[in-house]
Amino acid sequence: MTEEKVIVANNLTRTFGKFTAVDHISFEVNKGEIFGFLGANGAGKTTAIKMLTGILSSSGGKAMVAGFDIKKQRDKLKENIGYMSQKFSLYEDLTLYENIRFYGGIYGLSKDEISRKTDEMLERLDLKEIKNTLIAEIPLGWKQKIAFSVAILHHPKIVFLDEPTSGVDPITRRQFWNLIYEAAADGITVFVTTHYMDEAEYCDRISMMVEGKIAAIGSLHELLTKYDSKNMDEVFIKLAREPNQQPPAD
Amino acid sequence: MINIEKISKSYGNVRALDGISFSVDKGQLYGLIGPDGSGKTSLFRILTSLLKPTGGKATVAGFDSVVDYKEIRKRVGYMPERFSLYMDLSVEENLKFFATVFNTTVEENYHLIKDIYTMLEPFKHRRAGDLSGGMKQKLALSCALIHKPEILLLDEPTTGVDPVSRRDFWSILKNLQKTGLTTLVSTPFMGDAELCDEVALVQKGKILKIDTPEKIAHEYPHRLWKVVSENNYRTLKVLDTFSHRISAFSFGNSIHLATGEQVNRSMIEAHLNQNGVKIISIEIIRAHIEDVFMELMSTEEIVS
Repeated sequence: MTEEKVIVANNLTRTFGKFTAVDHISFEVNKGEIFGFLGANGAGKTTAIKMLTGILSSSGGKAMVAGFDIKKQRDKLKENIGYMSQKFSLYEDLTLYENIRFYGGIYGLSKDEISRKTDEMLERLDLKEIKNTLIAEIPLGWKQKIAFSVAILHHPKIVFLDEPTSGVDPITRRQFWNLIYEAAADGITVFVTTHYMDEAEYCDRISMMVEGKIAAIGSLHELLTKYDSKNMDEVFIKLAREPNQQPPAD
Repeated sequence: MINIEKISKSYGNVRALDGISFSVDKGQLYGLIGPDGSGKTSLFRILTSLLKPTGGKATVAGFDSVVDYKEIRKRVGYMPERFSLYMDLSVEENLKFFATVFNTTVEENYHLIKDIYTMLEPFKHRRAGDLSGGMKQKLALSCALIHKPEILLLDEPTTGVDPVSRRDFWSILKNLQKTGLTTLVSTPFMGDAELCDEVALVQKGKILKIDTPEKIAHEYPHRLWKVVSENNYRTLKVLDTFSHRISAFSFGNSIHLATGEQVNRSMIEAHLNQNGVKIISIEIIRAHIEDVFMELMSTEEIVS
């Protein structure tokens, strides 16, 4: 059985002048998978995500995301993905209800769908009572959950989460991961970056970028075995500390 | 060196700081540990005299934060959360600028930043805006140190910074401590707490706990188990129905399960087995700061 691929990247490359930010990366992500995209600051993660979401054009190579060519089918691509960053894009001076409807419109949902999805989301997050509250007045932890739910309102094939839990308290952080698990169980592929190594361990597969290249990729178990480590923190440090070190032979 | 007495700060109806008190001794590396929105930044702005408290009193190096603000500013090195670097200036220019503002020169205090600056030297002509997060952080620290402050105030210096740079940053702080510098540092990373001499755990403008990290971890009130199984998410759900469960939280690849003292391994095993969980290992462990923090958060919520 061949698994459905939601990302297929082949030698994807991006240069800025003489500097190669993303250097011929090739990898695949399966449908419904939680994929951790790790790397040191400046390793090229953000550039790679910008290309995969159709915001930045590539200098070379090819990638298909949600079945669309990131270079030739940008509009289609954007309709089929979700995105949430650490500075989530909710409008502070609109109410929760208005934000949901606004994004429903942006994602091209019909009026009926917007109404249905809005009710469904308020119900699921147990936020009906504050639907007319301005986003600015809602606590950070809740905002994070709302931003995530809005990012998957249109049931995209894949959602990109760029450090979604930065700065949140430890309980909310875990509740947020429950939402991620639910989305994945629902068939939405999750592509997530984080600096919390315990969160990296929640992923089905993890990749690690070092100096523009994918230095390692695999399940937690595979990486721990290959790099003879107790946890992801150790793997990260081994890989990022000595970028020129060759990985041990299998 | 820092004395905070019943400091509170309100913005309209929002109470950012709710009467907090603690003190930092000379030469200490003191951690303020808590998530966003716990009031950390407001406190730093009060200590640096940039903000007046609504109530209470703070002294820094013996000077009152409201009255003697000029004295405080000479003695304090402050690194705000979004580093206050000039992104259009080069690494070298930023450093010169901050030295000049404080009537000193880079040469005079170079010894203080030598270890950090040597890592930046290869990029000294690069614009600060073009540096990676880890490099920006090191430059911001150099700029905060260049006037030889007695006290260093660092507001979330490691947020958004990868684990390697974070580790490097903490070893720099440890080295600075050897020169007698007093440091107050805030962080949302619970793991960082263990690197401090003393910590205050903060949440929603209140202090949950103050002590050494060892004591805080030691005072965790329950028996704590580390459960490793094949599927954390499923195991957590199964543990929801375990009658002896006080709390269960995922920690990376494992689950930390809190129970009463009367619970033994076979009771947990029996429950998991009955519900079809494939156990890899179960062991009793010592609590981390993060376990304590979550415990305090949940009891706090019950009270309020």
